Amino acid sequence: MKFGVVVFPGTWSDRDCLRALGPVMGQETVTLWHEDSETQGCDCIVLPGGFAYGDYLRVGAIARFAPIMGAIKSFSERGGLVIGICNGFQILVEAGMLPGALMRNDSLEFRCQWTHLRVENADTPFTRRCQPGQVIRVPISHGEGNYFADAATLDALEASDSILFRYCASDGTITPDANPNGSQRNIAGIINAARTVAGMMPHPERCCESLVGGEDGQLIFGSIVDALAERRIAV
Amino acid sequence: MSLDTPPLVADEAPFVVDQRALDEVALSRQEYDRIVELLGRAPNRLELGLFGAMWSEHCGYKNSRPLLKRFPSTGSRVLLQVGAENAGAVDIGDGLAIVMKIESHNHPSAIEPYQGAATGVGGIVRDIFTMGARPIALLDSLRFGPLTEPHNRYLFHGIVGGIGGYGNCLGIPTVAGEIYFDATYSGNPLVNAMCVGQLEADRLISSRAGHVGAPVMVVGAATGRDGIHGATFASVELNEASEERRPAVQVGDPFTEKLLMEACLELRDTGWLIGMQDLGAAGLTSSTVESAHKGGVGIDLDTLKAPRRESGMTPYEVMLSESQERMLVIPKPEHADDVRRLFARWGLRCDAIGQVIAEPVIRVREGERIVAEIPTALLTDATPAYTREGVQPPELETLWAFDYTTLLGRLPTPNEALLRLLASSDLCSREDVYRTYDTMLGANTLIGPGCDAAVLRIRDANDQETGKRIALTTDGNARLTYLDPFNGGALAVAEAARNCVCAGATPLALTNCLNFGAPEKPGVYYQLSRAIDGMAAAARALETPVISGNVSLYNESYGAPIYPTPVVGMLGLIEGREPTPSAFQAEGDVVALLGDWSADPADLGGSTYLATIHGVVAGRPPQIDLAHERALHQATLAACAAGLLHSAHDCSDGGLAVALAECCIWSGLGMQGEAETPTLNGNDPMLARLAALYGEAPSRIVVSLAPEKWDALAELMGQHGVPLTRLGVVGGDRLRFAETIDAPIAVLYDAWRGGLRRALEA
Repeated sequence: MKFGVVVFPGTWSDRDCLRALGPVMGQETVTLWHEDSETQGCDCIVLPGGFAYGDYLRVGAIARFAPIMGAIKSFSERGGLVIGICNGFQILVEAGMLPGALMRNDSLEFRCQWTHLRVENADTPFTRRCQPGQVIRVPISHGEGNYFADAATLDALEASDSILFRYCASDGTITPDANPNGSQRNIAGIINAARTVAGMMPHPERCCESLVGGEDGQLIFGSIVDALAERRIAV
Repeated sequence: MSLDTPPLVADEAPFVVDQRALDEVALSRQEYDRIVELLGRAPNRLELGLFGAMWSEHCGYKNSRPLLKRFPSTGSRVLLQVGAENAGAVDIGDGLAIVMKIESHNHPSAIEPYQGAATGVGGIVRDIFTMGARPIALLDSLRFGPLTEPHNRYLFHGIVGGIGGYGNCLGIPTVAGEIYFDATYSGNPLVNAMCVGQLEADRLISSRAGHVGAPVMVVGAATGRDGIHGATFASVELNEASEERRPAVQVGDPFTEKLLMEACLELRDTGWLIGMQDLGAAGLTSSTVESAHKGGVGIDLDTLKAPRRESGMTPYEVMLSESQERMLVIPKPEHADDVRRLFARWGLRCDAIGQVIAEPVIRVREGERIVAEIPTALLTDATPAYTREGVQPPELETLWAFDYTTLLGRLPTPNEALLRLLASSDLCSREDVYRTYDTMLGANTLIGPGCDAAVLRIRDANDQETGKRIALTTDGNARLTYLDPFNGGALAVAEAARNCVCAGATPLALTNCLNFGAPEKPGVYYQLSRAIDGMAAAARALETPVISGNVSLYNESYGAPIYPTPVVGMLGLIEGREPTPSAFQAEGDVVALLGDWSADPADLGGSTYLATIHGVVAGRPPQIDLAHERALHQATLAACAAGLLHSAHDCSDGGLAVALAECCIWSGLGMQGEAETPTLNGNDPMLARLAALYGEAPSRIVVSLAPEKWDALAELMGQHGVPLTRLGVVGGDRLRFAETIDAPIAVLYDAWRGGLRRALEA
């Protein structure tokens, strides 16, 4: 499968995503520069972490106007799979491709640490290799990952099974202590109604090898590979 | 030569060289006279400013240069020696090189902690990518006054925030560091930032400006009025007027630095470059002078061609501004436009401000008018060097004669002492700090902060596994250096090397930052000189040459010097196996001490125990035997290579009991002690016991291993002449040791983990 990894000038998880997808998982990868206006025939587009244009203004507020974002929107409208990780999630939210907003962590501090995530919906192109309720271990690294939406939006997300991951304790229980940033209802990742656009604050590309602490990130990228393979057969 | 000889270029307003004018550039009257003699005329105000910057301690090392020559700087793996380029480079085999350097940003951080620390990170990162190396790790060695004082908390939060704010945005993981507290750092905190980069050795970029006629370009941020006299400011003592120096502190923009880094690394691979040099201390002045001087050429530049942030900036301001995120780029003339386009793609300015000339001078113009012209050698080689007379501070003899029996009647139980030490500011967990730094970016961090040394995986330029791992650590014990500068300097090197060894890495080379007081004071000069001697001796004995470094003098507040604080950054290499962890790994493993275990109260000299529990900084610290240290390293590395060890942890700050407690806390595994505490005839039994538990004799490592490996370990230690003591067995949920220590691991963990928070909230 061909993955496009988007590079804004302040992106820094691009190389980690390229490695995880390329050398580690054996997929074809290509970088998409922020000034590009086409998606080069990719099967899936990854918006990685970083500080797209410095993010001195609200995170993602400038990035959503980048030429590549227009191309990604039309790619998505054609049914293409898009995943935003960390800053990528923030940009997708700013671009209106996912609901809600990401505010400063309630600690008012940047946080880099391992977190446990409970898989809330294992029936999506991004989670199909997981079991429902499975607890996976994925690190976070952000200052603004505090997911916020009004109660109606949150209820709608829950009602439509659109919450992908929640921060949890190692046994899977959802507790305030397990929430590293103050996110509403411990939300760590969500998906759109069409099940084609996903956003998550934790970094799966940092945990695709046991040598660096775990391989759970492969569950997510592997799910995408499986979903794409099935689509091709269907086509 | 007479002072009346007019300058080459007269100032528009008459320039009176009075004490105020000299103070502004931190030059003495004698130095001024020497400048006149060398130039053969009086300098104008701009020229004097250039001399002031280049002859400052910060740029010219005028007080430390003769002493720094004592460091061993060569070795089979050293690719670039001290001073040859912006940082030193080490060959790690297979065509790969590691570039590293540590640098201080103490004075700016004292005045504006967030920006001071942030730009400290920015500066050291530029030193690394200037050479064509991609930065792969940051480390920070910090010192603060006690957190009981609100101002110190303000400095603490600002500095930690600035390091994270800059490094996180830039996308370089912060993998290790250290933080210590002492009253001597109140008002003069230390911020030493270290950056480590990786590249293919044949791609190293020089800072040399060769090639007469080549354009000289300034790239990145525009030049503003910030940071003027920063290098000078760094070379004087802080006082009541220092707050007014706030304009000497620069403001960081990590996003621009990120653009600059990516663009420069892209430029490295094009073949369009002659030389590249970052603009750091003394900005455009030092970058052009150093680049021209190293290339044996001159540079002719026009300050009106430099992009400026505001109108009306004088040549003086443009030449001495320390605005951040700027680089000097000297391309091959035929590729000047290619270079311009490359930077434009990253959204960066790139302006030709002058060109390389054959005549070895720095010539500054404002438009057509020449406003300064100085031979580069006068600003570099001719920098004065002062060798002073050091005098051992008289109080040392008294401190060494400390009578330990005066502690009798005030001795805590060993259990109480352990809990208090683990909770103390100097020994408690730093997780609250390092979890605000990105420690994992790059997915190469095999061991992150909080252990003896960080360990990173090294992949080659094609992202392929190399089987190589590097260990990184910073170390420096100021209290021990204060009490015995030679021994303290040697210990800083030995402990940093030992930390690498504990991770299973062979120490290869070091970088260092020397933080001291005003060298004009004989006591401070003695500390500096002796600490350097000690570091040099240890670097020789342990075969870890000094490849780069930085000196920060005048660390004094209101007339009192800081503790002498040499900080060592060490690089180690592991090949073909994974690192050895610090914490215990498995129930049933045998715990052992490699090295001596004694109960001599003199081992408490300068210890954390004495300072924390009794508030006493005294005694003569235990002396290091470098041959013994080296034998310990070789024996431990041999044990790692033979697969004998499950864990290895340095036994230093806090002594043996603290080292064992850390191995338990980090793993969640308990330990059941077996060994009998050594005794020393003629001493109070409790004092002897405390010395055995909390003494800080050097050259010791706590290890754990499977019981069936014991005989092999004993044989190996015997071969190397390293004492081996069986201490107990891993297991249970308590630490029970030396008849008197008995505490649940959960209790030890809580004391240790919450120490910093309690200190900040007290």
